[in-house]
Amino acid sequence: MSGELALASFAAATESHLIAEPRSVRFARFKASFDAAAEHRRLAARGYRFLARSDGSFPTLLGAIHDPPPGLFVRGTGATELLSKDAVAVVGARACSPYGRQVARRLGRELAAAGLVVVSGMARGVDGEAHRGALEAGGLTIAVLGCGIDRDYPAAHRPLAREIAEAGLIVSEYAPGVEPAPWRFPARNRIVAGLCAATIVVEARERSGALITADLALEEGREVFAVPGEITSALSDGSNALLRLGATPCTGSADVLESYGLSPADEHVLELGDQAAAVLERVRESAASADELGRATGLGAGELAGVLTELELAGAVIVEEGIVRASG
Amino acid sequence: MLARAVTHALVGLEPRRVEVEAHLERGIPGFAIVGLADRACQEAKHRVRSGISSALLEWPLDRRITVNLAPAGLRKEGSSFDLSIALAVLAASRQVPAERLAEHAAVGELALDGRIRPVRGAFAVAEGARSLGLELILCAPESAAEAELAGVQAVPVRHLGEAVAYLRGELQPAPVESPDETVEPELPDLADVRGQERARRALELAAAGGHNLLLAGPPGTGKTMLGRRLPGILPLLAPAEALEVTRIHSVAGLLAPERPLVLRAPFRAPHHSSSTAAIVGGGPGPRPGEASLAHRGVLLLDELPEFQRPTLEALRQPLEDGMIAIARASGQALFPARFQLVATMNLCPCAGRGDPAAECSCSPQRLAAFRDKLSRALLDRFDLVVTVPRPRAAELAAGPSEASQPVRVRVAAARVRLREAAPLRTKAADELLTRAVERLPLSGRGRARVARVARTAAALAESDAVESEHVAEALAYRSPKELAA
Ligand SMILES: Nc1ncnc2c1ncn2[C@@H]1O[C@H](COP(=O)(O)OP(=O)(O)OP(=O)(O)O)[C@@H](O)[C@H]1O
Ligand SMILES: [Mg+2]
Ligand SMILES: [Zn+2]
Repeated sequence: MSGELALASFAAATESHLIAEPRSVRFARFKASFDAAAEHRRLAARGYRFLARSDGSFPTLLGAIHDPPPGLFVRGTGATELLSKDAVAVVGARACSPYGRQVARRLGRELAAAGLVVVSGMARGVDGEAHRGALEAGGLTIAVLGCGIDRDYPAAHRPLAREIAEAGLIVSEYAPGVEPAPWRFPARNRIVAGLCAATIVVEARERSGALITADLALEEGREVFAVPGEITSALSDGSNALLRLGATPCTGSADVLESYGLSPADEHVLELGDQAAAVLERVRESAASADELGRATGLGAGELAGVLTELELAGAVIVEEGIVRASG
Repeated sequence: MLARAVTHALVGLEPRRVEVEAHLERGIPGFAIVGLADRACQEAKHRVRSGISSALLEWPLDRRITVNLAPAGLRKEGSSFDLSIALAVLAASRQVPAERLAEHAAVGELALDGRIRPVRGAFAVAEGARSLGLELILCAPESAAEAELAGVQAVPVRHLGEAVAYLRGELQPAPVESPDETVEPELPDLADVRGQERARRALELAAAGGHNLLLAGPPGTGKTMLGRRLPGILPLLAPAEALEVTRIHSVAGLLAPERPLVLRAPFRAPHHSSSTAAIVGGGPGPRPGEASLAHRGVLLLDELPEFQRPTLEALRQPLEDGMIAIARASGQALFPARFQLVATMNLCPCAGRGDPAAECSCSPQRLAAFRDKLSRALLDRFDLVVTVPRPRAAELAAGPSEASQPVRVRVAAARVRLREAAPLRTKAADELLTRAVERLPLSGRGRARVARVARTAAALAESDAVESEHVAEALAYRSPKELAA
């Protein structure tokens, strides 16, 4: 039973990717001298856990893929049972468009609000927004890393990682300390897809990581959704190609929830002041600059700036490159 | 025969007393300057000799002349000792009364024909003279008004002959005309800027709180225009500040002879091709750089990402502690540099981002490198970051905008408020700030910055307390994540 932790530690020590025990003298020696109990204590001291493949609470869906990891290192306050709850993967481009961001955030929020666990890779762009959306809804989210769970990669997402760890889980098949490396990311993607009954691709270029995730999901017979994108945008080439190949179009969270037999949560009513409500109404018509909103609502620049923060904190708008967009 | 004249050398901004001793003795005729004089200072030999002859005074041909610049440990740079050297030689050869000379400090360069030229740093040299108890300073007429700011009486002399006649009591030079404080050049006015309400508001906050401001956005939206209009809404310098700034500008040789006292907050906008030394200071002298010339005023870095990375890195120290230390063989020169930083930039290297009429053609790598350079350099030093979007045609056609004058009045009132009764955060405002730190990517430093800007917003609103609406507004100007790497 402790063989899996030895295997994962050996993979880390040799910088390799292993899902089964190698028949090498080196591994045999490593395993013989490996003190699993001490390793568990070391992990526990840092607040981490190791959930072996052979453990009864190892997620069934993930255990069912053709190359499941030997186990998962787990960080965060959530219970490991979280890994077995109904989950949906939201993936897409790191360098996504403002549209991609908006959609990812909204899907994350609505799917989490309806009770699904939102799973993604904590990368920049779509991944990060999906996690944020879930957090905004006060829902559950799991980040799967392609490096050790102590790495907080990318560094810009350190605060996000902290939030995810507080409300959900950060997991990885790689032992703490393993540095991010490009070759590990496709392997990570199989876990993202493997944990979920469905995967949604928000925005993806041709031959991108998100498409790999979708392919892995299809191989395991899971459902794949793709969000339609602009046909003129290279950022949507991959996701639109998926649609052409027969992926289910995702035109809103309801499409996805339906396949889980869930219904959308009541759109939670924001408690906004009159000014904020007026601004939000205008933003919902179309995206606008702060100055345009000021003219439309008669608010001064200072007041308006405060109102926009209020709306941003409430998750109702996203401000990017000087343009305010509705996110709900 | 020995005679002495007193002057000062500058180490950074600090005057250090230098005694110029001229010693005449029998022996093989010659002229030597000793006491760690640099090349320009050694060349004083030619200027002094030629100047004395041109003034129809007598060069002691049959004497061996040694001029000692004491203390010997202090390096003497430049031509500002010429006048003192000439007068010491003349006193030693009994052509001017030594006791009269001893009552004066002197500063100035000699031309070969004996004319006296102004030198940089006359204000600081005059301050040094006053600290020695000297009340009179001989200097070029162009330096007179500047020297008098130090509280000494300037004796403006155009020519070495005039200085000698004065010291002999044969001539009373015309008194220094009191400087004209009314004629100030016009500054560009905010009325020229159409629309851009959010950016204007941020500019007002920056002026009131002395905050660092970054204006980002596509080309031609008025970022540079706005940055250049900050000086026009800043209050005049307080008297002590005015002297501080004047001292720096004097050492840089930048004072206007007719209006030497710097009353307005300085505004410096170095080009992005400027060397690091030009921006933080250095070179022989050493001289203050743009960052010090902007002390108590504004340093505008137009097109921030175009500046060399080492230059931007070098600005971190003054942004942190308001000082620039330049290490030299002769010790450390300290230049104050407490400036307000204003910068402009496009949102990406091709400038297409944020522009509805253009498309960004930057590769992800190029964009990442751009953001990386920026965020490692100075991004975390800006209290206010505003993305200036391209205005629609209707906005540009809109009526005239508010002029600088009323803004300046509000800024001045807010500054008084911040100084005398800075508003404190209410409980609700505190809670909002804490909530925001949890939800937004905001560092500890970012939080402190938001708190300061909120206080400024409260002061501008003439509020006794920092309310949550002020914190909310301040939060709107935090660094957006799209600029960070
Ligand atoms: N808001 C505005 N109001 C009035 N004139 C404007 C405005 N914005 C731009 N202009 C005009 O466009 C010219 C360019 O403006 P400015 O140099 O300030 O642009 P910028 O934002 O600094 O652009 P860049 O990114 O190319 O440096 C100005 O000289 C002015 O004539
Ligand atoms: Mg410009
Ligand atoms: Zn670009």
